[in-house]
Order: sequence, then structure tokens, then C-alpha cells
Amino acid sequence: MNNEVKAATLNATTIQTADMSLVSILGAAALGLALLFAAGFAQASVMHDTAHDQRHAMAFPCH
Amino acid sequence: MFKNLLTSAVFAGVAVGVIAAVLQFWLVTPLLLEGELYESGARVHFAVDGSTQSDAGHPALFTDPMRDLMTIGFNMVTFTAFALFLAIGFALTERGGHEVTARKGLIWGIAAFIAVQLAPAMGLPPELPGTVAADVELRQIWWICTVLATAVGLGLIAFGPTLAGIGGAALIALPHIVGAPHLDTYFGVAAPELSAHFATASLGTSAVAWALLGLFTATLWVKFKDA
Repeated sequence: MNNEVKAATLNATTIQTADMSLVSILGAAALGLALLFAAGFAQASVMHDTAHDQRHAMAFPCH
Repeated sequence: MFKNLLTSAVFAGVAVGVIAAVLQFWLVTPLLLEGELYESGARVHFAVDGSTQSDAGHPALFTDPMRDLMTIGFNMVTFTAFALFLAIGFALTERGGHEVTARKGLIWGIAAFIAVQLAPAMGLPPELPGTVAADVELRQIWWICTVLATAVGLGLIAFGPTLAGIGGAALIALPHIVGAPHLDTYFGVAAPELSAHFATASLGTSAVAWALLGLFTATLWVKFKDA
């Protein structure tokens, strides 16, 4: 009985850890996409002019 | 976990952003500024009488400090974003039981260079300023699909069974079979030698930056994980 409870708790902890790391991965992916969009693809001309040389050097299809 | 992803990516991204900017100032920016001479018409290569000749040589560098600072800044942001995706790759493959080391990180960086720079460049070569090309949205869609297909394809080759590896290779080839969007007409105003040199310099400097990004991100990822 006691072992079962322990196993269940362990299992729950593992699932929780796995879920938390998935949340972290998703969060990091969202942040990465946002940064990449702003730096590489945002069409606003002020963004384009300031990022101009770097975008050309990185060959982003930005205009 | 999020803290590890973020700190590895930010430290590696900022460091590589500075290195990439220095490499660009040295090897890419002079060609880019020279390309702008043709874009603005200050220099003409294809004269109306049909002759093709123009002086070589770039204008003075570092005349606009703000522009150069922006190049450094945007390199930092871009490489931090790319480093986040590398770190996510490390986290996911570790969950699958694959150990991450600094050396493997270097291979990750080179593979990411192939996915994000080399494969799309085969269809959409790095462009000098003033290059006229197909509709930007079509090119962006092809670029994103090519990056994703190549990244997934390389992942299948690296981590999948043999059959998945063959599927991965097919996936890498697919965007090139479909073909990148191109115009029916050439509009280039710059000397062809300059365009070619710009494309190779752009790819070469990115290759170095990506390899270092993989190395640095993996080194920090392992370090912060053990801390």
C-alpha cells in the first residue's frame, strides 16, 4: 500500500517535471520566434532600415 | 529548465552576435556598400552602349556609427533567437536519451547552418542591395518551408533509423524539387563578380558564426545543467 502510494507520487512528480520542461520548451520557442520575426522579417520600414545590413548578410528574404 | 534555455541562448547569442558582426564588417559590409553604389546608380556596370565594365572597390567603412551599431545589435538578437532553438533541440534530444556535449554542439551548429543558410541559399541566393526578386511573401514561404524541411530531414538522418534517414534525405530535396519562386527576367545592375562574391562571403561568415553558436550554446547548456 505504502509502496503504491510512493510509486504514484513518484509518477506524478515525473509527469509534472516532464510537463514543466515541455512548458519551458514551448515558452523558449515562442520567445525565439518573436525575436526572429522582429529581427528578420518585420516589414515596418524603420525595422527594415535599422536591420538592413544584418538582414542582407544573413540572406533573410525581407523585401 | 526555462532559465537554462534562456541563459545558454543569451550568452551564446550575444557572444556570437558580436563575432558575426566583426566578420561581416570585415568580409561582407564592404561588398554590401559597393553593391549600394550600383543600387543608387552612383556606379554603372551595364552601360547603354552594351559594354560591361566598372571600377572595383568599396566606399569608406564605418562612416555611419549608428548603422554599424544596429548591425551588431541585430546580430545579437538574431543569434540569441537561433541559440534558443538550438537549446530547445538539446533539451528535446536529451529527453530522447542522447547526451549533449560541446563537440556535438559544434556539429549541431554546422547542421543548423545547412538548414537555415545553405539550403535556402540554393534557391534564394543572398542578395546584394538593389536586387529585384520575386514576390517577398512567396519567397518567405519557400524560405521557411525549406528551413523546416531541411532541419527535420537532418534530424531524421541524425537520430532516426535508416528508413527515416532516407525519408529525411527526400524531405531535404523536396523544396528544391518544388523550386524557389523566381522572376522570368533578370534585373541585376551590379557587376556579376560582386554579386557572386557577396553570396559566398555571406555564406562563409554565417558558417563560422553558426558553428561557434552550436559550440557555445552546447558548452553553456552542459555547464548550467550541472551547476
